Amino acid sequence: MVPLNWYLYLSSVIFVIGVVGFLIRRNLIIMFMSIELMLNAVNISLIAFSHYIQDLKGQIMVFFIITVAAAEAAIGLAILVALFRNKNSINTDDIAIMKG
Amino acid sequence: MIIVPPPFPNLTPFIPELIVLSVAMVLLLLEIWVKNRVFIAGICILTGFAVIYCLNMSIGITFNGMFINDIYSVLFKIIFMVCLILTVLISLNYIDREKPIRGEYYSLLLFATAGMMLMASAKDLMVLYLGLELMALSTYILAGIKTLNIKSNEAAIKYFMLGAFSSAFLLFGISMLYGLTATTDIYLIAERLKDTERSLPLILSMIMIVVAFSFKIAAAPFHMWSPDVYEGAPTSVTAFLSVGPKAAGFAVIGRVFYIAFEGIQPDWTTAFIIISVITMAIGNIVALAQTNIKRMLAYSSIAHAGYILIGIVTSTYESLQAVINYLMIYTFMNIGAFAIVILLDKGEEIQDYNGLSKHRPLVAAIMLLFMFSLVGIPPTAGFIAKFNLFVSAIHGGQIWLVVIAVIFSAVSAFYYLRVVMNMYMKDPLVEEHQIHLSPSLGFAIFITVVMVMVLGLFPSLII
Repeated sequence: MVPLNWYLYLSSVIFVIGVVGFLIRRNLIIMFMSIELMLNAVNISLIAFSHYIQDLKGQIMVFFIITVAAAEAAIGLAILVALFRNKNSINTDDIAIMKG
Repeated sequence: MIIVPPPFPNLTPFIPELIVLSVAMVLLLLEIWVKNRVFIAGICILTGFAVIYCLNMSIGITFNGMFINDIYSVLFKIIFMVCLILTVLISLNYIDREKPIRGEYYSLLLFATAGMMLMASAKDLMVLYLGLELMALSTYILAGIKTLNIKSNEAAIKYFMLGAFSSAFLLFGISMLYGLTATTDIYLIAERLKDTERSLPLILSMIMIVVAFSFKIAAAPFHMWSPDVYEGAPTSVTAFLSVGPKAAGFAVIGRVFYIAFEGIQPDWTTAFIIISVITMAIGNIVALAQTNIKRMLAYSSIAHAGYILIGIVTSTYESLQAVINYLMIYTFMNIGAFAIVILLDKGEEIQDYNGLSKHRPLVAAIMLLFMFSLVGIPPTAGFIAKFNLFVSAIHGGQIWLVVIAVIFSAVSAFYYLRVVMNMYMKDPLVEEHQIHLSPSLGFAIFITVVMVMVLGLFPSLII
């Protein structure tokens, strides 16, 4: 049987990849994908815990997270499309009208 | 295998949320046919009053112990309702003026409010997360509701990206907490954490949750989104964002940290003391350099989050009460200040207020009242709020924090009073200050002025 720690290492590594991707990439779509990566890292750890504790709550939580992530994707991409229509760019360096 | 269906949950404690959610869904459909915005806004305001009426009758726990409606959440829900009613009043005319804003505006406000109510009532981290996302997703759309306006787009995308980023942190914290305690129930977590030693995963999950909530209440160093979002979003939405989600964030901080993390209180207190000091410093000092009034109010609201955190770290019964009082008074004075910004619509720069008292003495006097209240000068309500909070913090032993807060509130007088100076002592830059007065906006300003004065003169009404 695969030990719990392996899942947790995997989940932490994916989470950190997501955080780093969010912080260093300048393309909004890639940043958004990094956020999804972070959410799925959490899902891995929740399911691993849920299996090892033998408690279903963690898996139910994962369903909610997936649902919310889908809603988030719909809204995020809609905002992105509205931005792209006005600006013709999805690079974070270009969306800096407001500063200070 | 026979599956026994679980008994139908007792819906009584959930009635306030049910009212808000069902009205929001009905409005979503109604807005297609009903072109009369006054009617729709009227329904929203009635909903607010109906919820306030139902709150005390619906105390209890339901949904298998996942949802709790107690005095604590009732007090916060009253704040949310006041925020909703005032926001609807100030948006009514403003929304009609800003053409690209669509009909969903009011139902989104209601959905966001329902999310905040769920957050305040969450007894389980799962409900907390869902409430938080319901609030956050609605407010992302509200911030970007002027789809043709590039500033509004930019505000929405910044808010969305950082909001989603912070909720991923919250989830990671929750998942570690679940791994440690095998439950997501806040009260059970507290029970199970009592026996365990303070461990690295526990501290890490606490830090993750602190980071996520600091994003929501716009506390430094996680405040970067707030000035941009406040500037770009439509002003009525800014007024809503500066009060509602912040109050909801404090409601969950109170619940999660006071109960679930009771065992490691010294650790989270330290984290919040650091955040509070940085927040007060950045909020007040950066506000000095602002020329746009909405940005200045954004930094001022960051600074206020810092003051309120003092009440959270003191963690006595008295200080929690002071926090709720502060949020209540803050709702009135901040929405009042934004109402004046909406009244003088085309003047978002601070120098646009030059010489306002010569053309519009009454408007200038009201703005003066709100600015005095935000600084905390008696006899306004802002003074009572700050006084209470600081006294409770001193009783709780946080003397140094109070000293720092008082110094920074002296600094804050500079930028609030600069608006007053511009209004009264400078010559006007324009021939005539245009105002867009409508009955609902006038009524909202009237309510906020009365509340700021009355609560300042008779503080015993809410304390």
